[in-house]
Amino acid sequence: MDALISLFRDSWHWAAGTSFGVALVLAVLFVVGFISVWAMFGVWLERKASADFQSRLGPMEVGPHGLLQSLADGLKLAFKEDLVPKDADRFLFVFAPAVAFCGAFAAFVAIPFSPAFNVIDVDLGVFFVVAITAIGVIGVLMAGWSSNNKWSLYGAMREAAQLVSYEIPSALALMIPVLVTGSLGLRSIVEFQCMPSDGDLKAASLVYLSPNGWLAFYSPWTLVAFVVYYVASLAECKRAPFDLPEAESELVAGFHTEYSGLRFSFFFLEEYGMMFVVSAVATAVFLGGWQPLPWLSVNFATLGIVGHLLAAGVFLAKTIFLVWVQIWLRWTLPRLRVDQVMVMGYKYLIPITLVALTMMACYAAYGIRYVPGIG
Amino acid sequence: MADAMTTASSAAPARTFIVPGDPLRPPDTHVDVRTQELQINMGPQHPSTHGVLRVAIWVDGEIVTRADPDIGYLHRCAEKIGESVTNIQYVPYTDRYDYLAAMNNNLGYCLAVERIAEVEVPERAQYIRTIAVELNRIASHLMAVGTYGLDVGAFTPFFYAFREREEILRILEWICGARLTYNFIRIGGVMRDAPEGWIPDIQKFLDLFESRLDEFNDLLTHNHIFVQRTANVGVITLEDALGYGITGPMLRGSGLRYDLRREAPYLLYDRFEFDVPIGTGIKGQVGDCWDRYWVRILEMRESVRIVRQAITQMPAGEIMAKNVRHLAFKSKPGEGYLGTENPRGELGYYLISEGQPNSYRSRIRAPSFCNLSILGKLLPGTMLADAVAIIGSTDIVLGEVDR
Repeated sequence: MDALISLFRDSWHWAAGTSFGVALVLAVLFVVGFISVWAMFGVWLERKASADFQSRLGPMEVGPHGLLQSLADGLKLAFKEDLVPKDADRFLFVFAPAVAFCGAFAAFVAIPFSPAFNVIDVDLGVFFVVAITAIGVIGVLMAGWSSNNKWSLYGAMREAAQLVSYEIPSALALMIPVLVTGSLGLRSIVEFQCMPSDGDLKAASLVYLSPNGWLAFYSPWTLVAFVVYYVASLAECKRAPFDLPEAESELVAGFHTEYSGLRFSFFFLEEYGMMFVVSAVATAVFLGGWQPLPWLSVNFATLGIVGHLLAAGVFLAKTIFLVWVQIWLRWTLPRLRVDQVMVMGYKYLIPITLVALTMMACYAAYGIRYVPGIG
Repeated sequence: MADAMTTASSAAPARTFIVPGDPLRPPDTHVDVRTQELQINMGPQHPSTHGVLRVAIWVDGEIVTRADPDIGYLHRCAEKIGESVTNIQYVPYTDRYDYLAAMNNNLGYCLAVERIAEVEVPERAQYIRTIAVELNRIASHLMAVGTYGLDVGAFTPFFYAFREREEILRILEWICGARLTYNFIRIGGVMRDAPEGWIPDIQKFLDLFESRLDEFNDLLTHNHIFVQRTANVGVITLEDALGYGITGPMLRGSGLRYDLRREAPYLLYDRFEFDVPIGTGIKGQVGDCWDRYWVRILEMRESVRIVRQAITQMPAGEIMAKNVRHLAFKSKPGEGYLGTENPRGELGYYLISEGQPNSYRSRIRAPSFCNLSILGKLLPGTMLADAVAIIGSTDIVLGEVDR
């Protein structure tokens, strides 16, 4: 098993070392494959969950319990006519879905699925994810502007305003774990949470207790940060109750009103990709990554490839749970109004995060975790 | 600060890009930045105009500055048809106006014709009519509150409302064979007597429905976001409501206890005990969107009460008047107006008969048409999202607006 891993790792290093092109192709193949499969599954999950909430059955015909419905829909989208509106800005219109997609797409490379597996271990992981996912808004703006449709323009403007506003609290909320762990790397943040009491990850037994535990429960302020990050990430993914950019009852379909076929499916991939990315970041940063239970770690690295698969399974399970909560919220809550979204961001989330950040800094300075005076 | 800027710019010509008094203005104020109001076209194909309503909206950013409802996309010459076909033939046409409350439309027209022709309707038929009409009112209100949830972005309540509505449609289909356009209430009575098992089935539904309504309230009515979106939005003062001729739940939402079933009882409504709920501004001001919504929810409960009483009081007997066959050939001359309480307001039929089997003039006072008229006053100054919420709270049916 170890041989397999080392073979994989060696060939990866060889590929990365000898030919940048080969490494690039491999990485792109992995990320594209993963996002496509994930998006198909995510759409199926969303449709099934919403059907469950609404006392319906959801897709049942294609495949067992409609599992292949997304594939059928994808095929339909792929074969649709390629349409560009007559007075649209053709270049921007064609280019926009790619730009929107690349943000969510690029963020995948930094996600640590298991102790040994991520595409690249970016030192500035948190910063990288926050920065790269923000590119998506440019694509959305391009789409809204180039469509030559007033509803699209409205959707794009709302998206820009909303994303810029909610990036502040979400980035600030991510600063709190960074402050605690002293690292910006997603992998090292997870490792901090899995750290055994003697600090030696390699020498740890198969199952061990780690005093740091999940960062969400590390201190009251990290819990606040987790909640704020999750709320802000809903707004960044354009999910209800913050789905104003594509508010169906107001803006028809928002910025992608004029899109159809494969280009529309790229916006779709972007949405589900973003849902996964923000949930995966929340998992890695706040919910212990591959640590199965708070404070209870398993030394997956000693189990060889099975261990890595298990670790990735734990990570995926948590991520999918967070995505499911997003779906749950979407099919339960009404939509906020534009001004209410802004009030929520600027009057509540940002001050709350700033207070939490300051308090966490003080706690860290005095070595307090839960309550001053107790510990 | 402003003075300092002025002196700075006048003293140092190199820094003329600082506009006196306004440091935030863009550098070159001579650039021709022309701003204009954006006109957007909401409808006739738009998800939340409830049919083929077109509202031309002028917006300044997200704020509506002017709104102009444009109707007529569903005009079918309904009133003219009412003059060219016989009264008996016209009943199925009335189904098509307010298609969400077709029973109520049948009833309004039949009552008007019966009053002119002086037809005495048997008591059992009147009870069956009451049950059918009130069930249809519940179905119509369910549609109104469900789609209102959709308008403010809550998808799931819509399906819950439709689940209950489906039961009512099943019950009505059982007695008349149709789910939407019933043509069940005929001049002189009803088409068919209650089939066996129909009444117990209604009772079973009503028992279930009351608890389901509580569930619906938990899900949507008292939801914090929903209240934020609807309370204090689109407030119609009582003065405005009366001035614009608004009737039905919209008028009662503005605080006037006015219901034709109580004020000018037709059928047997004077025999039933029921309340007329009004808006009291629990969550915001009297007459806001939430009040109108809440009146509809409360009215469903009152309809349940009426149906229960009608079931217990219903006698055996005939379901069709004896002396109506001649109406196919001749009628009594006369004219008159009769208003009935449709789920959307006062549905009035004004008929002139010259003794022919058809009416000389058949005029319909459609509640949706009058309720719609206030949109032009209500929308300016609100946000685009509020505009959708306000249009939704008027609960219009375009088939009735355009006729």
